[in-house]
Order: sequence, then structure tokens, then C-alpha cells
Amino acid sequence: MKRVLNKKVLYGLYNDEEILMTAIKQIKKEDADIMDVFTPFPVHGLDPVLGLNESRLHIAGFIYGMTGTTLAFGFMSWVFTRDWPIIFGGKPYFSVPAFIPITFEFTVLMAAVGMVITFYLVCGLGFGVENPYLDPRITDDKFCIAFDVSHSSKEEVEALSVLLERTSAEEVHTKDI
Amino acid sequence: MSTVVSNVRPPLVTGNKTYHQITEDICSPTEKLPGMGWVLCLLGSLGLLAFGGIAVFFTLWFGIGTWNLNRTVGWGWDITNFVWWVGIGHAGTLISAILLLFRQKWRTGVNRAAEAMTIFAVICAAFFPGIHMGRMWMAFFVFPYPNTRGPLWVNFNSPLLWDVFAISTYFTVSLLFWYTGLVPDFATIRDRAKGFRKKIYNFLSMGWTGSAKHWQRWESLSLVLAGLATPLVLSVHTIVSFDFATSVIPGWHTTIFPPYFVAGAIFSGFAMVCTLMIITRSILSLEDYITIEHIESMNKVIVLTGSIVGVAYLTELFVAWYSGYIYEQYAFYNRAVGPYWWAYAAMMTCNVISPQFFWFRKIRRSLVWTFVLSIVVNIGMWFERFVIIATTLARDYIPSSWSYYTPSWVEMGIYLFTFGLFGTLYLIFMRVAPVVAIAEIKAILKSSGDQYVGPAVAERTGEINAGLHHDTHEEHLTETTPDTKKTSESDLRIGETSIDKNIEDFKEDLNFEDGEGSEKDDK
Repeated sequence: MKRVLNKKVLYGLYNDEEILMTAIKQIKKEDADIMDVFTPFPVHGLDPVLGLNESRLHIAGFIYGMTGTTLAFGFMSWVFTRDWPIIFGGKPYFSVPAFIPITFEFTVLMAAVGMVITFYLVCGLGFGVENPYLDPRITDDKFCIAFDVSHSSKEEVEALSVLLERTSAEEVHTKDI
Repeated sequence: MSTVVSNVRPPLVTGNKTYHQITEDICSPTEKLPGMGWVLCLLGSLGLLAFGGIAVFFTLWFGIGTWNLNRTVGWGWDITNFVWWVGIGHAGTLISAILLLFRQKWRTGVNRAAEAMTIFAVICAAFFPGIHMGRMWMAFFVFPYPNTRGPLWVNFNSPLLWDVFAISTYFTVSLLFWYTGLVPDFATIRDRAKGFRKKIYNFLSMGWTGSAKHWQRWESLSLVLAGLATPLVLSVHTIVSFDFATSVIPGWHTTIFPPYFVAGAIFSGFAMVCTLMIITRSILSLEDYITIEHIESMNKVIVLTGSIVGVAYLTELFVAWYSGYIYEQYAFYNRAVGPYWWAYAAMMTCNVISPQFFWFRKIRRSLVWTFVLSIVVNIGMWFERFVIIATTLARDYIPSSWSYYTPSWVEMGIYLFTFGLFGTLYLIFMRVAPVVAIAEIKAILKSSGDQYVGPAVAERTGEINAGLHHDTHEEHLTETTPDTKKTSESDLRIGETSIDKNIEDFKEDLNFEDGEGSEKDDK
């Protein structure tokens, strides 16, 4: 599944994450609108500089986990008190301590599986997905700042590339993705 | 960001690496033809797999009558091997989850391979209860699914069923955690590959781009998965120990089992990681990433957990005596001096005495010693499970049903089969996936690479603290600062640009590095 964004992108490649951080601060100061930043590894402190909101993935994880708890505990209780009550080793039908291990395991299972699926869905990732990429070296040692210039005038593009170069970008390119 | 770092801790990435070199070093094994060492290992594994396959076939064809289990000893090598493999499977998630929460940077060098080991070990473990069922293809009966027998449900009160849930959850969560970490690294390989390989890695990397928002979510996901996996990993061996502890068999019915099993699992798991890492780093020449520091850290964990296990053995003996309960007393007396005394002696020697060698720094840092002792530890841990299972069962309540158990060749063959399976899977993993987490290593390079934290003092002089002790604080500042800059060309560039950083920025960084360091989850 090849994804096309129909965008024209101007991007600068940097050699180091520290240069990248200074560059982003500079660009933000000059009020240019950064489309995205691509890095080969998670760069520490990038989110606040870019103004990204905190991920809400953990909230989703909590909800999945709670669903798992309820499902597992509810199901076992239903089976042993309503559907097919059997006495095991003299324990009561509703033997809560014996239900705890499975309830716990199922909570973890649901939270983990749910979160991972959510992660891939919201990021638009998945087996066979081909997202457009700007430069193959981004997954190696280049740090990239990208601007969406689909609707920008030639002068604006020019100004942005000067800005990129001024903030020590090693290379500046445009690409249709 | 990493202008000020402590050089008290020895570097975790040596060889003056740049980001590109890291990519190159770790990706290259997946890109060239395998060497002779790898081929020989693979042939060996396949050989074991083939021989073991015959044993598995015998079991499936003729039934578990081909095993030497008897009316008294209903669990033999099968469950011993199951617990042994599950125990080994504990180190991976411990390294990737618990050490992530504790912000131990050395985990980045070994977490990928250790997690792979976990997954393969759990596959081997799960094979044993499966084949013990005899009709393995009926194994799905253990899951509570709607059926035409009533529906008659499985027994949710049984520790054996808890085990089903624990192992399958553990396997699933470890797999997801591992794969999520692999996605960005597969993308790195994808962007270097050509032709058909590119297609494969394109599929595996799921369209990863390295966008800032994706990284942020990825980190959030890793952190929460680590938080989930931490109690999970402790629960799994706890529940495995419930298989024994919740029974009413003297020698099994002890409350010490859960913590003692967990410590034993970490003990054997780390030993297996050491064995594998020593082989892996030499086959793939990854000495710069899996350093002696990593091996030493793991050996420290081994000596700690080994001592916990030792204390647990002695506590068991004491409690058996102190309980005043003759059946319990006899169970332990019988373990130590009964017909299986040799297994007990092997367990005590390998698990309690051998790890104590790791109190010596020279031995902790010696590859040969580590390799030998890590194998000794795993032999010991196998004997521990055998002692618990076979010796206890062999002495039934009524002396007329006392028995003795020795495995048949089929049982031994199945054990070898899992070795072959494990070896084959691990060797294939070594060829197709980055054995060291590329992105995570890059993220710690500036706080733990040798060009930043100073030369590998420890390596050269054998003394970590050489030249690091000063009388005044000023000396510290003057000495550490130059170390953190330059040495290679690309680093010079960093130096140049950081000149225009103002004082505030610098202070910010200083506070920042004073804190937790730049582990990937730190927000």
C-alpha cells in the first residue's frame, strides 16, 4: 500500500541533533511553520521545542487494561457462578483469590495488544505500508527539518531555504511526496 | 545536550563511533554472506533439530509411553525442561523492561538479542507442556473457547491454567515489545537495501519514517510496555512456581517458591544471555557495542541472583527442619542424601558455589571465565528443576509406590530438539535483524560513547577510577570538559555550533544531564 501525500516539501538535512535543536529553536523564533522533523533516533527534548502535545497513548492503554480486567474477572465469575458451577477442592464457586492471576495476565495482555495496535493505527504504520520518505539517510545519520511548500510562492520557498542554510543545514532539497 | 557528562562510568560504546559507523557496523552482518562460524553453528542446530525431530515423531506416533514416566513420577524431563526454558526466557524482558525503568544505559547493547532469546526460549518452553499432552494437536483445549461439551469450561482455579495465561501473555507482550523496537531498525536496513531485500524490509519496517511525532509515541509505547512487562515478568515465574507451590506435595508446598523461582529465572536467564552475547559479539564482531562492561554488569546480576538462590536453598532446608513436620523434613533429607543426591550436589555446586567466583573483578571481566561459568550456571539451574520435580515425586506417600526415574532416549531427544530449535531461530535472527538496537545505541552515544565520556580508562589500566579522583571540584570541571568535545571531524562541528549557544542553554543542559541522563523514555 503506497501512500501519496501530494505535497511539495522543502527540507534541510543536518548532521547532528544538537545542530538540529538550535536550528529548530531559531526557525521557531522566526515563526516559520515546520511540517515535520525526521530523526534516526528519538532525540531528547525535541517534543517541547517542536511544541508537540504529550502522547495520549498511555490513556488508551489504561482503558484497554481496564477492559481486560473487567472481561477476565466478569467471565470467570459468570462461568463459575452461573454457567457451570463446579466445586473445586472445596473452594466456593466465587473464589476471588483464584481468579486474580488470570485477571492480571489478561489485563496486561489487553493493554499491551491494544496499545500496540493503536500505535500503528494512529501513526499510519503497518505491514506493507509504504510511507513517502524524504531521504534514505534519515534512518542513518541525517536529521531533517521539512516544510510544506505546496502552496508557497517562489519567494517564500527561497526565504525558507535561506533560513535552513543559515541554521547550518548541510543540504537543502525539495521533493514531491 | 551532552556537553557535560560524567566519566566515572566507563564507556558503553567504544571505538570512537559516529552515527553512520553504528549503522554500518550493525547492519552489515545482515547484508553480507554469513561466515564459516555461523554456517557451522547453523548446521549443528539443524542436526539437533533433525535428531530431535525423530524423538518428537516417536512421541507423537507411539504416545508418551515412549517416555520413562511412571505411575509415581508423572513429571520428568518434560516439565523440568519447560521450567528451565521459561526461566531462561526471563532475562530478555528483565533487561528490556526493568532496566529501562531503572534507566540502566547498558541495556541498549544487549536488549535486542536478549529479547530475541526470550521469545525463542518461550517457544521452546511452551513446546513441553504441549507435547506432554500426548495429542499435541488438541492443545487448544486449554483455552476457554465456546465448545459443544456444554460448554464445559476450563478450570480457572487451577495453577496449570494460570500458567497457560501467563506464558501466552508473556510471549505475546515480549514479541510486541521486541518488534516495536525493531521497526525503526528495519527501516534503517530498508533504506540501505536494494532490490528484493528492500521489498522484504519495506514490509517489515511498516513504513517507518522517523517523524518526531512517531518517535514520541514510540517512546511512550516503550515506556508503558516496559511498565506492563515489569510486573508481568515477575508474575510469570511466580505462576510457574504455583504449579508446585499450590499442590499438597511435601517439598513443593512452600511459600518461598515464588521469589525463589523468580530469582532463579533471572539467574539462569542472565547466564544464557552471557553465553549468547559472548558468541554473538565474536561471530558478528560487535565488541564495540557489547563490551566487557556489559558482560560485567550481567555478571553482577548473576552473582546477586545466584546468592539469593543460595539463600533460598538454605532457607528451604531450615524451614523444613523447623516446621517439625516429618514429611517435609523427609522430603528435604531425601533430596540431599536420597537416590538423587548427585543431582542435589550438582545443583548446589553449580548454583551456589560457582557464581561466587564473580565476586572477583578479574573473573567478572574475563570472557573465558564468564563463558564457562554461565554454562555451569545453566546446568545447575536445570538440575534445580530436576531435583524439585523428580526427587519429590519419586518418593510417594506410600513406600510401596516409591519409584525411580531415568529418562528414555526419546525424552533426551526432545530436549535436544528444543536446543536445535532455539539455535536455528537465534542464528536466523542474527542474520536478518540488527542484533543491537541501532536507534537506541545512537541515542546513548553522546552520553556513553568513549569519545564523549573519555577514553576507556578501565580497559587500559584496569582501574576504573584512575585519574578520576580529585581533591577539589574545580579540577573535575577542567578535566571533564575537554573530554566531552571533539576527537573526530563530525564532532568538531558540534563544538563549533555550540559556541553560539548562550549561557542559559548551557545551564539548561547542565541541569538536564545532572538528572537522569538521556534515556529514551525520559521526558
